[in-house]
Amino acid sequence: MTLELEQVEVRIPIGSGREVHALTEIDLVAVPGKPHFVVGGSGSGKSTLCSAVTGLLPGNARFSGTVKVGDLAAPALWGQRGRVIGVVPQSAMTCFTPVRRLGGQLAETVRYLGGERGPGELLDVVGLDRSALAKYPLELSGGMLQLAAIAAALAGDPPVVVADEPTSALDRQRSEDVVQLLAKLAADRVVLVATHDLAAVRSAAADADLSVMFASRIVETGTAGEVFDNPSADYTRDLLAALPENGLHPLPWPTPDLIDLPADYRYGG
Amino acid sequence: MLSARSLAVGHGRTALLTDVELDVAPGEIVGLVGPSGSGKTSLLRVLSGLTRPLAGEVLIDGTPPPKRPQGRVAMLFQSARRSCDPRLTLRQSIELCAPKAGVDWDALCARADLQTALLDRHPHQVSDGQLQRAAIARALAGQPGYLLCDEMTAALDPAATAAVVATVRRAAVDGAGVLFVSHDLPLVAAVADRVLDVAESSLRKAHL
Repeated sequence: MTLELEQVEVRIPIGSGREVHALTEIDLVAVPGKPHFVVGGSGSGKSTLCSAVTGLLPGNARFSGTVKVGDLAAPALWGQRGRVIGVVPQSAMTCFTPVRRLGGQLAETVRYLGGERGPGELLDVVGLDRSALAKYPLELSGGMLQLAAIAAALAGDPPVVVADEPTSALDRQRSEDVVQLLAKLAADRVVLVATHDLAAVRSAAADADLSVMFASRIVETGTAGEVFDNPSADYTRDLLAALPENGLHPLPWPTPDLIDLPADYRYGG
Repeated sequence: MLSARSLAVGHGRTALLTDVELDVAPGEIVGLVGPSGSGKTSLLRVLSGLTRPLAGEVLIDGTPPPKRPQGRVAMLFQSARRSCDPRLTLRQSIELCAPKAGVDWDALCARADLQTALLDRHPHQVSDGQLQRAAIARALAGQPGYLLCDEMTAALDPAATAAVVATVRRAAVDGAGVLFVSHDLPLVAAVADRVLDVAESSLRKAHL
């Protein structure tokens, strides 16, 4: 099963007739076998893209276009969250109840979604020791909790997993571990990962798919190797030049406000 | 010179770092790397006067600082969103730390690379990168001699990180001593004049 987005647009009204252009003309295809990363600056639309796939857009957002997994399209698709689309949240620390042990929370999720794997098996899949089941979230490190959140996303054995900034609270080594795990999980399911952690993406497979977002649009798509080594979009080139190993060059052009963004706006003016 | 002599810092009575000897000269950027939980933030909180050391002393230009040295040492936190009052506009937040004589807004915003058009917005109306630059403007408004940067780019994308680092470098060129803490070794190596790391509960020169 593949995840397909066609001409997806999201507008979020903010009053006085103004609106945030959160997603514009998004076309994306993610397939099983390799992860699909979505990278870009803060506010470029990565999280909104994840929300458009998972059905977690703000209540007043105006959505148009097509999001589908196989023959199941939104909004019916959104009703199958957990079973068709697993969601890995940005902050694992806040997605678990602090007053209950991890094992109980995972067991409840498996029960609700009718999953076939128990909590222990889910932890085996993500490489987390089963002793974590007896612990409260506060007794686990940020990296362990993020793995537990991925285990929870797999509880309903969904064919699609969407992770929104799963490494933003982790240090470099843990970030790379989480990205490697998500890449491994992509062997037999669609894995879509939004992140601004280019270093962690670089550590994953070079044949992973990569889409670069800027100002609500996808400006470039290719394999990670192609995009990192030979970027075609000006924005991608400047984003890579901002990395420490490339000299920490600030973007020469300002990042636009997405409120009432002109339809013909392009990077570089 | 901002100095630490035989400093011990930690949580409660538990020492995370001991026998810390540190000097940060005006205009110098000193990097500090180390794993999560190794005491980096605790050290910065002591150097900034927010908490007391378990042992040892902090000196500014050879003398112990006043009880509240915030005017001479400014701290920049990992999450600007948590360190800025959500009820205040960016301008009001910055004014809290500004000298009574007032603020030259154009000059301050230029130093912090902050668009003046953003000053009258609230934190929820700007991006993380813009808010971190407002936090830098707030720190610079008090004209501190030293900036303590605690994982200040951890939540930022590469472009915002590069822009924030450029403002920190400008502050150092203008004479501020900077202690730049991060667990991102490539970033610290690119930013700092010299780098220290946490080893065996103390600081040593990092081998990059």
